Amino acid sequence: MIRSVAGVSDLPTALIGCAAGFAADRTDAGIPIVRTLRERQGPRFLIYETLGERTLALSQIERRRDPARGYNPSLARFVEPILGDCLAGGIKIVGNFGAANPRAAGELLAGMAKRLGFPSARIAVVEGDDLSAALSPDEFAARETGGALLGARPPIIAANVYLGAAPIAEALDRGADIVVTGRVGDPSLALGPLLHTFGWAPDDWRRLACGTLAGHLLECGSQVTGGYFADPGIKDVPGMDTLGYPIAEIDADGGIVITKPEGTGGRVDRRTVTEQLLYEIHDPAAYLTPDVVLGITEVELAEIGPDRVRVTGARGTPRPETLKATVCIDSGLLAEAEISYAGPNAAARARLAIETVRKRMARRAPTLRTRADAIGLMSIHGDTDGTALDASTQTAMDVRVRFAAEAMEREPLELLNLEVEALYCAGPAGGGGVRARITPRLASASCLIERELVHPTVSFVGAER
Amino acid sequence: MNDTVEVPLYRLVHARAGDKGNRLNLAVICYDPACYPALAAQLTAERVAAIFASRRPTKVVRYDLPKLHAFNFVLDDVLEGGVNASLGLDGHGKGLSFLLLGSTVRLDKALASRKLADVVEIAADSRSDAQA
Repeated sequence: MIRSVAGVSDLPTALIGCAAGFAADRTDAGIPIVRTLRERQGPRFLIYETLGERTLALSQIERRRDPARGYNPSLARFVEPILGDCLAGGIKIVGNFGAANPRAAGELLAGMAKRLGFPSARIAVVEGDDLSAALSPDEFAARETGGALLGARPPIIAANVYLGAAPIAEALDRGADIVVTGRVGDPSLALGPLLHTFGWAPDDWRRLACGTLAGHLLECGSQVTGGYFADPGIKDVPGMDTLGYPIAEIDADGGIVITKPEGTGGRVDRRTVTEQLLYEIHDPAAYLTPDVVLGITEVELAEIGPDRVRVTGARGTPRPETLKATVCIDSGLLAEAEISYAGPNAAARARLAIETVRKRMARRAPTLRTRADAIGLMSIHGDTDGTALDASTQTAMDVRVRFAAEAMEREPLELLNLEVEALYCAGPAGGGGVRARITPRLASASCLIERELVHPTVSFVGAER
Repeated sequence: MNDTVEVPLYRLVHARAGDKGNRLNLAVICYDPACYPALAAQLTAERVAAIFASRRPTKVVRYDLPKLHAFNFVLDDVLEGGVNASLGLDGHGKGLSFLLLGSTVRLDKALASRKLADVVEIAADSRSDAQA
């Protein structure tokens, strides 16, 4: 830890790369980041954000099936290509890829480090986010916000609170080379390393806001460097197949520069950074995190070099009194069935298929609410009641009809899938390519949890440490 | 209205959609800062609610970010329950930014004559300024 250094201006710039912005992100994105970080000096970190809202519940289901699993299924693919270089080069890794089982993920990484010739790598595990045993269904229901899903006391699959940056900083202070977490605030993955590096006070709201802003810009990986951005001929992105994932340079006063590794595709400019700055933001004056309330209304961006954007103006106000938890419950089953029509009059045949199935389902399963999309005519911008599709005069030479319905029991859903398959023979001419499936659904509720009910812990893999 | 022309929004702004539960946010960013006042006048919360009428928003709020030449629209209850509950293909509503971009506004002829390519050039100029 570098907290003993006296003058703030003497402190080096921290470099934080982000190699994943979601569970199924590109698994080789860390390689160019680590190559760049190894050429640089000072405190350097590589973070992975792989935990969407539902991902944790799916991991919890996986853990129940096999107690040795429940971490991100791509964990080894993400870390193996860069672990040796990180350990040799002093680059610390922080990831929420522990999902529902951070300890098992830590043990996997310890084994991997040993195989790569680093048997004494220090691997920290942050726990305490899993509240499923800490609160009763009644207690969760009493704390639900913005809905009433828990009112009927459904069985809880997963209940995890968003921890903040403090336990990550503690793990790094205690010498961790790798910090594995479950649910933490996404920007906390970056703020933790900054607290460790610069020793910012827990109520230094402005600097905490700067670190949180850096984390927010990093947390979706390539979404700040040209991913989720390209619109050919309108806003082009070079090298989509080799997108460089972001690196943030953060100084002790909270100054931020966003950039990316040399020799990679993508772009970092005002436009890519602005899109990510506002991504999933509601009130720009008050972005709530476990660590601080971030305000971005005064943020300014400056292009200070090729693929380099300086970010200034983050505002910070005291952190929320409560922590947010996501509670996932079983929500029955989803049926989806599809069939295609192509060539002349395809749109009319697709519409006839929809009408046919709707009429039959209205008789055979009258309470089942069925959605129909005509992919190629109206689907993504459509609505479940079908008003947008009915109003559309679009035509096309290749249309895929898709039906969807949900229910707690299988029977009406299997009936829908069979009715769609029956279109092979009994439907309009030339229908082909039926695919049908039934998958489990999850629903999630948000709860606000008092901080005194949450007890984050930091421990190290291997008893001797 | 004689001195104005109808311009598709995708020529004037870029946009990104984000979701939280059943709530959608749309970041809308001007290519050319000169268009910001005209868009502020026309792309009201009411107008965006009308564009998304088939998704039945219960509330639309516009937050202005003049330093970024951007707006943030927050639309409540337009994701048909959100990614966990929607029967649609895109429960996140990721593609809904393009529902907005397919809409149009009326612009002053002079302003509208700054074609997209010109605006991109202007942006490139300001970028070299920033580097100097």
